[in-house]
Amino acid sequence: MRTEALYFAVRNTKLLVGAGIILVLLGIGVIGPFFIDKAPTEYVGMQMQPPGGEFWLGTNTFGQDLWAQFVHGLRTTFLVGALGGGIAAAIGMVVGFVAGYKGGWVDEILNMLTNIILVLPTLAVLFILNAYLGVRSAGMQALFIGLTQWPWAARSIRAQTFSLRGRDFVDLARLSGVGSGRIIMREIAPNMSSYLLLTFILLFGGSILIASSLDFIGLGPTDAVSLGLMLQQAHQWSAMHLGLWWWFIPPGAGITLIVGALYVANVGLDEVFNPKLREL
Amino acid sequence: MRRYFGRKLLVYGLTFFMAVTVNWLVPRLMPGDPVASMLARARVAQPEAQEALRVYYNNLFGFDLPWWQQYLNSWGSLFRGDFGISLWAFPTPVADLLTRAVPYSLALLIPSILISWVVGNRLGALAARRKILDNTVLPVSYVLTATPYLWLAALMAWAFGIVWGIFPVAGGYSFSITPSFTWDFFLDLAWHWLLPFASLFLVALGGWAIGMRNVIIYELESDYANYLSALGAPQRLIRRYAFRNAVLPQITGLALQLGVLVAGALVTEIVFSYPGLGSLILAAIQNKDFFLLQGAFLFIVLGVLIANFIIDVVYVIVDPRTRVGMAGASA
Repeated sequence: MRTEALYFAVRNTKLLVGAGIILVLLGIGVIGPFFIDKAPTEYVGMQMQPPGGEFWLGTNTFGQDLWAQFVHGLRTTFLVGALGGGIAAAIGMVVGFVAGYKGGWVDEILNMLTNIILVLPTLAVLFILNAYLGVRSAGMQALFIGLTQWPWAARSIRAQTFSLRGRDFVDLARLSGVGSGRIIMREIAPNMSSYLLLTFILLFGGSILIASSLDFIGLGPTDAVSLGLMLQQAHQWSAMHLGLWWWFIPPGAGITLIVGALYVANVGLDEVFNPKLREL
Repeated sequence: MRRYFGRKLLVYGLTFFMAVTVNWLVPRLMPGDPVASMLARARVAQPEAQEALRVYYNNLFGFDLPWWQQYLNSWGSLFRGDFGISLWAFPTPVADLLTRAVPYSLALLIPSILISWVVGNRLGALAARRKILDNTVLPVSYVLTATPYLWLAALMAWAFGIVWGIFPVAGGYSFSITPSFTWDFFLDLAWHWLLPFASLFLVALGGWAIGMRNVIIYELESDYANYLSALGAPQRLIRRYAFRNAVLPQITGLALQLGVLVAGALVTEIVFSYPGLGSLILAAIQNKDFFLLQGAFLFIVLGVLIANFIIDVVYVIVDPRTRVGMAGASA
């Protein structure tokens, strides 16, 4: 099974391209800051320099190095995406597994909760939460995003669990006296591991997009630089009107590349795991 | 059908209840004192004046009452349509500011959601199982759906508004024109509306096309499609049946995406300084006008719930199974 997945994985161009882009950007975000000795908010040079020469992505109206901001921003953006997506996936799994496996009134209550948060426009909730929170960290932002984005994952994991729990091997485990938690962990979760991975990837991308909206509206982390914050500052100091395209194009392109690559890799992974979708 | 609507309305009722509760709770739970920060903003030096302001603000929030009374009062003022007084646009009531902004937001949201949904579904249905079209529509759709709304809006504003100078990039209408029921004003309005609409439309389009393509492929593999083609039915007919079935999950998807679409419209409005709810929220955040922010929040929640209910009604009309109480849509 493992070797089979690997066999198809290395032959799937969608997966390779998507994963390649993500790895390159992740590499820049993780290693890059070590090569930049100045803080991304430091005033390092001439103002409004176009890209090239000493400053790869030019400088903004304050003379800040935009490449340094981009590199640090990538790091924050990946962090928020991974953390927010991870928290959402974890909550979605717990709620989905318990609701789907237990059924009955536990399911009723959890399902009601899921549906309520599902129809709630969560970004508006995040506005309120973040606005009252004067000082904000990237981790806090990720936590709030994770706490609001889990419902659809919970819903689809619940449906999958529902269809698995009536299978013979689950009945057998139950007959031999295995506890619910163990059945979920050992019998049900492994059978939908690929699905769980795909869910996490989608939540990862979604968290990045939500974080960028929050940053843009002025509710981003106050202690870090992120790609969304770069866009917010570019808009606030009218980079568009000054013709400073190098201020707002790279950060947006970075977000689009990350999220797009995640989605494409997701489709590729789906094809790897699901024989019906493979193109031979 | 009664059970279906009963369940839906219960969820919406509880959601609204929770939204109002969160709205009431957050200012009281969060670190920091909103009254203190408003006092700091007012920059009053005299201690007597500061004390008077503190009493005034405490009264305004009702912080001097026991908590359950504060909570009940918040419901009371909600039903009276009283959202408080805006601090940013003092002394305009928040409700007035919001009702003035809502038409602009709706004018952006409703056409962009509906048209992108219809066009995206058609596009996705066309692309499914057609090699060349699939290989062009799908990648473009993925790029579009991965694009942050605000970035595409910024790109379009920059390209069409500043580099080529075809479209205006700020406001709902030109500052030189006074709003009136004239043809000129209407044209000006449409001219300002087009770019924000187009950027919202494009980002939303991708997601619908991808969704429809995947569902159509699934439907074309189903038994009824195989049976029809075994009978020798023309491919067009089979696709039409598949499309009608595939629309159902897309309607559910529309309900699920509403929050994301509204959020997209808010940031798009900010990019274009469009005078809708998004720009109000930005002003509220920048000026720490919490009454305005919370009022906008309740407006958005209410709007999304109403839209959800409309979609439920549409679903019942489209899917006969829900009418006779057979499965169909799950609550």
